[in-house]
Amino acid sequence: MSPILQGVLTIIIGVGGCLAYFYGSNLVLDRVVFPARNDDQGRNIRRATMVRPWLFLLPAILALGLYLVYPVVGSFIRSLYDRSGSNFVGLGNYLEMFQESGFRVAVFNNFLWILFVPAASTFFGLLVAQLTDRLSWGAIAKSLIFMPMAISFVGASLIWKFVYAGDPAIGIINAIGAYFGAAPVDPLQIPFWNNFFIMIIMVWMQTGFAMVILSAALRGIPEETIEAAIIDGANPFQLFFKIKVPQIAGTIAVVWTTITFLTLKVFDIVYTMTGGNFDTDILPSYMMDYMFRDDGRATAVAFVIMVIVTPVMIYNIRQARKDV
Amino acid sequence: MDNLAGQKSSLSVVTNLAVIFLVVIWLVPTVGLLVSSFRERDQISETGWWASLFPVEAAVRMRPSASGASMDGDYGVLRGNLFDGETGSVSAFGLTGRDPGAAQVGETYARYEVTVTEDGELDDERIEIAYPSDEEPQFPETTEDGLPITPGSAILQRSLTVASNGDFTYIDKGEITRAPSIYVVTKQPPDFGLQNYRQILTSDGMDRAFINTLTVTVPATVIPILIAAFAAYALAWMEFPGRGWLVAAVVGLLVVPLQLALVPMLTLHNKLGIGQSFLGIWLAHTGFGLPLAVYLLRNYMIGLPRDIIESAKVDGATDFQVFTRIVLPLSFPALASFAIFQFLWTWNDLLVAKVFLPSGSDSWVMTVKIADDLLGSRGGDWGILAAAAFVSIAVPLLVFFLMQKYLVRGLLAGSVK
Repeated sequence: MSPILQGVLTIIIGVGGCLAYFYGSNLVLDRVVFPARNDDQGRNIRRATMVRPWLFLLPAILALGLYLVYPVVGSFIRSLYDRSGSNFVGLGNYLEMFQESGFRVAVFNNFLWILFVPAASTFFGLLVAQLTDRLSWGAIAKSLIFMPMAISFVGASLIWKFVYAGDPAIGIINAIGAYFGAAPVDPLQIPFWNNFFIMIIMVWMQTGFAMVILSAALRGIPEETIEAAIIDGANPFQLFFKIKVPQIAGTIAVVWTTITFLTLKVFDIVYTMTGGNFDTDILPSYMMDYMFRDDGRATAVAFVIMVIVTPVMIYNIRQARKDV
Repeated sequence: MDNLAGQKSSLSVVTNLAVIFLVVIWLVPTVGLLVSSFRERDQISETGWWASLFPVEAAVRMRPSASGASMDGDYGVLRGNLFDGETGSVSAFGLTGRDPGAAQVGETYARYEVTVTEDGELDDERIEIAYPSDEEPQFPETTEDGLPITPGSAILQRSLTVASNGDFTYIDKGEITRAPSIYVVTKQPPDFGLQNYRQILTSDGMDRAFINTLTVTVPATVIPILIAAFAAYALAWMEFPGRGWLVAAVVGLLVVPLQLALVPMLTLHNKLGIGQSFLGIWLAHTGFGLPLAVYLLRNYMIGLPRDIIESAKVDGATDFQVFTRIVLPLSFPALASFAIFQFLWTWNDLLVAKVFLPSGSDSWVMTVKIADDLLGSRGGDWGILAAAAFVSIAVPLLVFFLMQKYLVRGLLAGSVK
């Protein structure tokens, strides 16, 4: 069967099935299980009202439980077994991994990513948001800087390969270098700094996200505070750093953490740019080196990533509990 | 705020310049890719895309027809025009691909057989020289290897003279029966075309990958929306014990790294007989997309006016009717936002496709095709890579520019309380 036909069929079965489930289960609940008949109408309606939320929630709970909750446990258990999956090795995978220089390089690089990417993206996002705030063509400028968000990490990596290429006829950086008489270099092979060249791709993609949200936050600042500051003689820089930034600090924190989480998931850029060579591996790409080869090691890496995000996850859940 | 005091126009000039600078920096990489994707392979390797609007100096091999050759003593002579009636301009030429620009226009390039002395013995060597056409050839005293040449021993083997308009004279020892190979360095006009696109879409299998991507994307976008919408309604407008904890759980699941699910879920898929398949990736994308979907939709639905929903319930509408008739239509902006997110995410995904789809080339999506196949097999073919990348990003870019309003709204709903 051709994939297209299969896809169309899936949509029909999937959507139709979902609709049939929701409609059918509600109908069964109202007509068959707890019919609103005369004798005990009130009690039945009350009981149906108690059950109905769970009918609405069931598919989502099943999918979430299966694809996100179970894997946390499943991955941890799998990480305690060896490559074949039949011998229990306890924390052996972790201990072995911690002693490996490749893993340590990946952890080190990953911390570079977590520090640099959110900081740079938020900085540029805030800069563009502030600069375009009162610009007549600000909307167009923002739209163009936002655009990389729509591009895949693979596509973005290819785009930047054209920037970094060692051949001065392809790579614009080497072309500029050649213009000033420098010998061609491959930026992706310069130790340590190559990490930053790869991170720039991520910054390029995430700045638009930071800009959109911070731009809305800047607009939301009450005008009285700004007017008062201007009357008191604040110059534009004081106005920005002492009046505006403190008022949107909460939003800056949200943007910062969101980009941090994204950074922890992205393996595509490193995979496409260097394949993890030249000491550029980060944890997600390091994990993919072992995927399909050594599931014990792969799940151990995944669990390390999970441990890194856990504190913020707990914080988020606390916040959500407060709101409800 | 525009008319407030303290905003000087000099600052606004600086602001404009700074924004122009940033926008240019942000656009340059993408423009480079787009321009390169339309350029012809030889031109890409000669000049950067930023010079693509100017003529390119490139060496080409030409094979003028041997018909019309005549004999002059022992030598065959072929005269003609390399451009065959069309215009063009030659700056240099040669007889070998190794050194295609060995002689300048106005010179004659010739190959001679000479006698040399090597280790006291006489030997024959070939030398190539270029000299002004209107003068007699001057022979060097030694070959390139430093062997002394016996003066007067040179015998012409082959010679070529090319004028800048393409007129040439080719002389060869013996009769000329086959088309000679002539290398010329010419200025070629900028050459833009669709040849790269034609190649990847017809012979390189990108068309198949495009269809596969579409096949993954559409069900993986539609199904989670439906499931999430019902759940979001329950979490927003239905009273039941444990609701708060469920909302908190969804928020927590938002940040669970996808990597955790790869091994256990693939194992489970294999056990269930789904294996690596399109069905598997649809289910996986549905699961991974749900937390954001539920979170976004619930945040939106809870902001809908309470009056409308309660008056409908008072009028005897069931929750199912309230949901389908009132809440769902009113939530269209949030549904659109999430649909765009999920579409972009599944279209652009590489990780889930690598793990949950079969590894054969039949089921490669575009990201896998580019990252695992084209980058390896066509690593140096920049025009092809650029065209492939652009095919893969064209649809998301279109969606982005058409639906930007909903995208921005969704981002704001997800991040700002």
